[in-house]
Amino acid sequence: MHVPDGFINPPTSAATGVVAAGALAVSLRGARRELDERTAPLAGLVAAFIFAVQMLNFPVAAGTSGHLLGGALAAILVGPFTGVLCVSVVLLMQGVLFADGGLTALGVNITDMAIVTTVVAYAVFRGLVKVLPRRRRSVTVASFAAALVSVPAAAVAFTLVYALGGTTDVAIGKVATAMIGVHVLIGVGEAVITALTVGAVIAVRPDLVHGARGLEQRLKLRVGGELVDVPAAAPAPAPAAARSHRKLWITGLVASLVLAGFVSFYASASPDGLEKVAHDQGMDKKEQRHASAGSPLAGYGVEDVSDARLSGGLAGVIGVGATVVAGSTVFYVVRRRRTAAPGSSTAGAA
Amino acid sequence: MGAGHAHRLYRHGHSPVHALPPHTKLAAAFAFVVVVVSTPREAMWAFALYAVLLAAVAAAARVPARFLLRRLLVEVPFVAFAVLMPFVAEGERVDVLGLSLSVSGLWGAWNVLAKGTLGVAASVLLAATTELRELLLGLQRLRLPPLLVQIASFMIRYGDVITDEMRRMRIARESRGFEARGPRHWGVLAKSAGALFIRSYERGERVHLAMVSRGYSGSMPVIDEVTASRAQWSYALALPCAALVVCLLGWVL
Repeated sequence: MHVPDGFINPPTSAATGVVAAGALAVSLRGARRELDERTAPLAGLVAAFIFAVQMLNFPVAAGTSGHLLGGALAAILVGPFTGVLCVSVVLLMQGVLFADGGLTALGVNITDMAIVTTVVAYAVFRGLVKVLPRRRRSVTVASFAAALVSVPAAAVAFTLVYALGGTTDVAIGKVATAMIGVHVLIGVGEAVITALTVGAVIAVRPDLVHGARGLEQRLKLRVGGELVDVPAAAPAPAPAAARSHRKLWITGLVASLVLAGFVSFYASASPDGLEKVAHDQGMDKKEQRHASAGSPLAGYGVEDVSDARLSGGLAGVIGVGATVVAGSTVFYVVRRRRTAAPGSSTAGAA
Repeated sequence: MGAGHAHRLYRHGHSPVHALPPHTKLAAAFAFVVVVVSTPREAMWAFALYAVLLAAVAAAARVPARFLLRRLLVEVPFVAFAVLMPFVAEGERVDVLGLSLSVSGLWGAWNVLAKGTLGVAASVLLAATTELRELLLGLQRLRLPPLLVQIASFMIRYGDVITDEMRRMRIARESRGFEARGPRHWGVLAKSAGALFIRSYERGERVHLAMVSRGYSGSMPVIDEVTASRAQWSYALALPCAALVVCLLGWVL
């Protein structure tokens, strides 16, 4: 979904441009750390990979096919900062070279497709990897969930931008329903392909998957018919720390899910109330629409409610994502401050 | 056409537009699109004038109309979206040919179509008259972070290589009787994508090593610095300035 010029009004475009520039500045700094000074060629090649993968069409049903967006894939394979950079560069080049997406809408496009997808995907992925058992299989499962959530999240972000600065007054509910509905379907395809791709890379070069770092199996020795762990120099404290954090992660995720449930309940309840008021206030308008639309509208109200529920549920999922982002930011800041030296040394070794 | 030296949209030529320094062209195209986007949509004649301005630039660049029009096809998905707008938008409705259409939806569709088409046309003209390397230099000259420019230049240089690798994999798949027909075949495609990622990443590492062994220390030396004279700037900025006049007239009238 490359937004063209004239779709979003100039002030909102400028604001998203500022957001995108800020995020790019942060990512440039972060990518240096992720790729340890190999940034330019590696990120360039990964961007070329994303560009190529976007041409990989997968058939959905007879006659129709979708293509990968790649935000989640990039975040899991090379890390969130590099992922944001790569997808942004792809979008920039598509805008300037191939006229795909407007020049003034570049900020909207980058915010929407590079930043939101990547950050949401990585937050969900990280959260799940912490919670699930430390196995390769759970990396695949986590990447499935991450990609599945990331695409509708981009649709939600687009809807928000549209609500702020759309140039046409299409009812925001309709935009949301259409965008999210379509993108949930796209998200399923994206999720399957992303999970399988990550699985394929893990099977061959697990060390290349940024999201799977620290999941390597410990070497075992057979001593006198029994399997014994290879005595390692330092790894003893790491699993203990991870275990203690996992409990924290599970608690946090469950708490945020419960919270999200309440939020989505209220979110779906209040539009219903509003709708009821609107129905009481403007009965005639509603009547007219019914008359013009014809007979098979017995399910109209039900459909409306289910839409509200759907959007409510999605809002909840996004809420969990946001919570995980906030939580992991705090967590990483704290951890980085506590163990600055060992952290950097492991990054250098990897 | 040599791989890596020109992109598909570039059209070789020696027109005055080709000869302009890249950053002036980038700035002009961007300013033009900004002006177009901020024009009120009710001033229909203004958009016609913008189209005339772009046509004049195309004539100066000796880009044939057919070439330009064919490139505009990129926009087709949005045309579909814009056509939907009058049916779903709110507000008062008018009857056109027996269909009930929303007035504001019609305005919105016109808005997106006109501005989107002009924006795409401006980008196509820019890409058709500027070589890739120049474009990247221009971006760097316009203070895009050098690291970002480097990433972009690697992406462009190796884009063809990676795409070719994917094409070879597709040929290999197809020569073994594979045909992607539905979700059952997603696994095969995903394994291809995984293999492609490993190849790209390993190539990136090799390129990095090659660069380091040749003295790369984090930034590329700029040997062909582009500069623009005052005359070139004024020549390039004639387009957005003319557009600005039209835009102001559109607001006043």
